[in-house]
Amino acid sequence: MKLIVSIAHALLFARWRQTLVAAIGVTFSITMFVALLGFMTGLNDMMDSLFLNRTPHIRLYNEIKPATLQPIQQAPPYRNGYHFIHSVKASGSRQELYNSLAIMEALRIDPRVTGIAPKITMQAFFNDGAIDIAASVNGIQEQQESTLFHFAEYVVKGEAAALVKVPNSIILGKALAENLLVDIGEVVQLTTAGGERFPLKIVGFWQSGIQDFDKVQSFTSLATAQKLLGKTASYITDIQIKIKDIDAAPAMAREYATLFNTSAQDLQTLNAEFETGSFIRSLISYAVGITLLIVSGFGIYNILNMMIYEKMDSIAILKATGFAGRDVKKVFIYIAMSIGFWGGLAGLILGWLLSLGIDQLPFETTSLPTITTYPVSYDPLIYTIGAVFSLLSTYIAGWLPSRKASKIDPVIIIRGK
Amino acid sequence: MGNTILEARHIDKYFHDPVGVKVLSDISFTIDKGEFVTVTGRSGCGKSTLLYILSTMDTDYAGELLIDNVSMTGKPEPELARVRNEKIGFVFQFHYLLNEFTVLQNVMLPGLKLGRYTKQEVQQRAMERLTMLGIEKLACKKANQVSGGEKQRIAIARALINDPHIIMGDEPTGNLDKKNSEVVFDIFKRLAEEYKQTLLIVTHDQEFAARTQRNIQMEDGKIIQYSQKAQ
Repeated sequence: MKLIVSIAHALLFARWRQTLVAAIGVTFSITMFVALLGFMTGLNDMMDSLFLNRTPHIRLYNEIKPATLQPIQQAPPYRNGYHFIHSVKASGSRQELYNSLAIMEALRIDPRVTGIAPKITMQAFFNDGAIDIAASVNGIQEQQESTLFHFAEYVVKGEAAALVKVPNSIILGKALAENLLVDIGEVVQLTTAGGERFPLKIVGFWQSGIQDFDKVQSFTSLATAQKLLGKTASYITDIQIKIKDIDAAPAMAREYATLFNTSAQDLQTLNAEFETGSFIRSLISYAVGITLLIVSGFGIYNILNMMIYEKMDSIAILKATGFAGRDVKKVFIYIAMSIGFWGGLAGLILGWLLSLGIDQLPFETTSLPTITTYPVSYDPLIYTIGAVFSLLSTYIAGWLPSRKASKIDPVIIIRGK
Repeated sequence: MGNTILEARHIDKYFHDPVGVKVLSDISFTIDKGEFVTVTGRSGCGKSTLLYILSTMDTDYAGELLIDNVSMTGKPEPELARVRNEKIGFVFQFHYLLNEFTVLQNVMLPGLKLGRYTKQEVQQRAMERLTMLGIEKLACKKANQVSGGEKQRIAIARALINDPHIIMGDEPTGNLDKKNSEVVFDIFKRLAEEYKQTLLIVTHDQEFAARTQRNIQMEDGKIIQYSQKAQ
């Protein structure tokens, strides 16, 4: 084996320019593969987190909907027919989660749950001179919301914690604040759906990156929201749950829905199209990356083929002096694999450096307050795939020429002179 | 018959392309240890074809070939490669050294492949053979930096590295000038006489053939004459 390696080395270095060109081909394609996929995955993760960071895995709430069991269904003769009559309408009087304290207690001891955050959602009008702007007010526990859903990161001006410190305070969506022409420290007038009017002090601006959200969202503390609605301290309308295993969300949502007798919405139902989008983006970048590798594979194939034509005499003499076809094959496979290995290794390093470079490029956009440079992923999976493919493609590229070399008939070469 | 090195039994060979032509017909002979044999004949009489069959590189023939009293016919390729490595040394008309290696490495290559000796031993044996042929000074040169006559001597040193049973040559002097041909012939003669090396040389050089112990003359794929020179 050592002998075969030394012969392969001699052949490699005898035409080191050719070898270098082949290796550069592999290096280039692996570099682009790693950088492209890192960049693509980084962007994907960012796009996903834009939504997923702030979205609970499971949300428990009471939905306004008509009774599922209509009176007509209780009459046996009509049970199996199609019902045109829905006589009992929805009653929206109670959005409160029943027995919320007990539910939260049960969730806290559930080992699958990593965190919960209670929330009140309500509709209100902000009064600005003669006009009223409709918006949602979310009563939140600031600390919980920040740990689980990165709330504080999206507060672009002011301070999220001020919600707790300053009584009767509110954080407005940035676009909403611009519409109202107000700044931090000023007071907005708010009218609840019940007709009550409250002055609230602005302590911060919030920006999600989605303009339509920013126009209609505002946040206040749980206690302030309860006060606005005139409810007791146990009143909440939503429980947001984060769980360990995201994939279990749909099943757990169904389980909680029956267990707690509420509506439950899981992430997958909410974000189905998001997953599809990021899957297709990954698919395209992998396809481009693998195409690059295949092209470099053809480069290696060509160079090895040329080398074999040039080295016909050497191969013939090796065979005449006792090297079997399989030894010759090993020599050329070794040549291909060492080009693949060193080219691939250099490609991984350069790809990593290129990723670092992309990571330094400033990328600032008003809709993404937390991002300052282009997002790049350093997922080891990308590097593993790059390494495996560089070896695999060079092996396949080397296989055919090696087979040809092993089948060379020394008699024809030696006599043909 | 105990010291028979090589035996050909009724060897026939056809070329199939473009039409079936019989190039060798019923070739039978034996070579004993220490013999210096030449095969002569006109161009196209099949003498080279015969040599490549005897060398085990060409396996497309009918009849039987025995080397060291072991039948080579029908053996798989890797085993034949092993036999060539261990028992046969080659010298060709064109020198066929590997230009990527030094002279010494070229000589060592079949020895390293055989793996009977360690690298140091093989190197020492290679140096011994280069010294024997008077070209030890070339050891560290690249194979493409030496002259034609020197190349042929290096090829002989390479053929000798594994102490082969037989050395086969296909027109080893065919590409050399008179002086170098003389040098190469003298080496062969010395190998035969001093080292009792068995040699089988194909040549069209009648003068060369006349000076060897035994000559096989061929014509149209048949052996027409054996001539044995009295010792």
